[in-house]
Amino acid sequence: MAFEIDAKELHYRELNKLIRKAIAQGEKHLVLKNVNGQRYIAAGVSAEVDIDIYGVPGLDLGAFMRGPRIRVHGNTQDGAGNTMDDGKIIVEGMAGDVVGYAMRGGKIFVASDVGYRVGIHMKAYMDKIPVIVIGGKAGDFLGEYMAGGIIILLGMYSRYPERPIAGIFLGTGMHGGVIYVRGGVPETQLGGALQIEEVNEEDQKIIEQHLSEYSKDLNYKLEEILAEKFVKIRPKTHRPYGKLYAY
Amino acid sequence: MNPQKEESKKASTKTKRKKIQFSKFYPDFFIERDWDKCIKCKICIRECTYEAHGWDSKRETLTEDHAKCVGCHRCEAMCPTGALTIRKNPSDFREHDTWKPWFIKNVYKQADTGGVLLAATGCAVPFRNYWDHLVLDACQVTNPPIDPLREPMELRTYLGPKPDKLEVVLEDDKFHLKTKLGPLIKLEVPIMFAAMSYGAISLHVHQGLARAAKELGTLYNTGEGGLHASLYQYGSNTIVQCASGRFGLHVDYLNAGVAIEIKIGQGAKPGIGGHLPGEKVTEEISKTRMIPVGSDAISPAPHHDIYSIEDLRGLIYALKEATEYKKLVFVKIAAVHNAPAIASGIVRAGADVVVLDGLRGGTGAAPTMFRDYVGIPIELALAAVDERLRQEGIRNQASLVVSGGIRCSADVVKAIALGADAVYIGTPALIAVGCTMCGRCFTGKCPWGIATNNPELIKRLDPETAFEKIYNLVHGWAHEIQELLGAMGLNSIESLRGNRDKLRAVGLNEVELKILGVKHAGE
Repeated sequence: MAFEIDAKELHYRELNKLIRKAIAQGEKHLVLKNVNGQRYIAAGVSAEVDIDIYGVPGLDLGAFMRGPRIRVHGNTQDGAGNTMDDGKIIVEGMAGDVVGYAMRGGKIFVASDVGYRVGIHMKAYMDKIPVIVIGGKAGDFLGEYMAGGIIILLGMYSRYPERPIAGIFLGTGMHGGVIYVRGGVPETQLGGALQIEEVNEEDQKIIEQHLSEYSKDLNYKLEEILAEKFVKIRPKTHRPYGKLYAY
Repeated sequence: MNPQKEESKKASTKTKRKKIQFSKFYPDFFIERDWDKCIKCKICIRECTYEAHGWDSKRETLTEDHAKCVGCHRCEAMCPTGALTIRKNPSDFREHDTWKPWFIKNVYKQADTGGVLLAATGCAVPFRNYWDHLVLDACQVTNPPIDPLREPMELRTYLGPKPDKLEVVLEDDKFHLKTKLGPLIKLEVPIMFAAMSYGAISLHVHQGLARAAKELGTLYNTGEGGLHASLYQYGSNTIVQCASGRFGLHVDYLNAGVAIEIKIGQGAKPGIGGHLPGEKVTEEISKTRMIPVGSDAISPAPHHDIYSIEDLRGLIYALKEATEYKKLVFVKIAAVHNAPAIASGIVRAGADVVVLDGLRGGTGAAPTMFRDYVGIPIELALAAVDERLRQEGIRNQASLVVSGGIRCSADVVKAIALGADAVYIGTPALIAVGCTMCGRCFTGKCPWGIATNNPELIKRLDPETAFEKIYNLVHGWAHEIQELLGAMGLNSIESLRGNRDKLRAVGLNEVELKILGVKHAGE
């Protein structure tokens, strides 16, 4: 049985207290109704729990969290998955700026578009590899300073047909990780020092593995997504500053 | 464009041209060996990580490569017969007040490599040091000094927001505090250890700092390199740092200490990020930072989730919410031109402690131009920020911690009189464990085993020694502070805080006096 919390007119501090209390009581599935911009929902929560959110969560949804699986039945504001450690955020609509900043693990699946500065400085370590899949288009600076992890950009389910698939400075300062883009990305949108190549068999496997989960979660047709080829964007070096200095 | 790469391309297509390295012609130091004393034991060769000492097997003798000497004095200190002296290279350029050797040599280095000048330690330019123009008061005749050996002397300091007013109720003939106070941090001595990351410095130094903080009743700061598993036990004396790279930052880490410091800037390099070179990312560092071995650990210049005071408030409360309001949040900025306005914003954003790091703040690696020429002296920044927060009536809402160029206990006392609640020291703690300020921390080859994590080199400084030396230093300073307070007739550091009347200036101009809020000596 799902445990329901009515977030109407609740301050985020009270809402989070209720969430933590419910989790401490052993609830495994929370449903938050009437969410209206409350910040920091499930921030720092370290537990295996499902959270369904109806309404629009505010800044830093699931920041620093480790474990929760959050489904937003709608759009979410900026900072979703900020420095998140593990778990999953599924957004059935659009997500704002700075999604998954410095993300260290877990997955963020966005059905449609995302804003600026998404996936900045994501990092990976051993088998902890964060993944962001974006069904729509992305704003400027996607994957800037990326040190690890995987971003998959589809560009298919966007509200902005006139825009390029990604804004400018994609992957600027990237020194680890990989960005896969469905159908390719115009060179004008890319940052410097990047390598763009065709995906190989191993890449294709990774892409299909994540997209199969993504399409199931969001009710998309996997064949439709895979009908087009992907390109792979990765940094030329893991030591961008290795030769910068004189001493 | 990478000039070095261009160069190598050219070299491979044309006939090989011998590259002249002007910077190698004029070493900074000169290794002087007294052959009468030298017993050719080769300890100098083993001790020098920069390979300045060598062995000529044909001639069976020791050799010196002066150009490789960084002036760390390790060989001199370890030589069993005292045969070695490291001198400034006596070779001189023609005297010139504008074109000093420093500038000439820097031009050579850049002409050789096309690189950005890199340095360590803090600002090396002799801008006016205001601590050295401030003197303290003492009691004579009309009010007696206090002897701290005879009478209680309080150095205890509480960090965190203080209420606008206190309400008490009388119950059962006793007064009880009615005002609810938030969490506060108790320091037994107003000196904390500044953020120096595990990675920049060795695990042994971190262990020494942590233990010293515990024994002294103060705090040390993890820096942004995460927290090694062996240090979680010192949680109640730990400040964890959240910098733009967010390395090793997870829920357990955030909850590990008593405070979380958001590092916006650093005095040694305001406006730019950090960068731990791949050379220093060893197996152990990789585990704590959670990045692959050998890759550069890059912290972007800004936090990309903070572009405004509103955004800063966003992160402050994200951290508070994630740790259920049990931790204080510090926000550290470099002291820059508009520090007072920025500090006001930081307090209004909800920070519990504002940290100001001045022009002379130390570093393990910073572009030389930033280290030397960006930011303002901490003395002026501190006085201006304290004054501004008082004017706005929000000084009690956050504590003020300063760092960057504190060299002795009198500097601490002057900082507190100017308005600081406490200070951070970094460089003095490293000097206490043997650092000679050679300024080559970024090579990862520190011959003193301090700024390295090379498994062989860290053995040169064990955690026990590190603890003892750092503890001793602060113990000594604490006693000096008590003596200085006693001489001023104060029996509590609280009575000195912001008490600028205890300061007088010598040789400062009117603008400086006004900013410092201090009278000239004789007034």
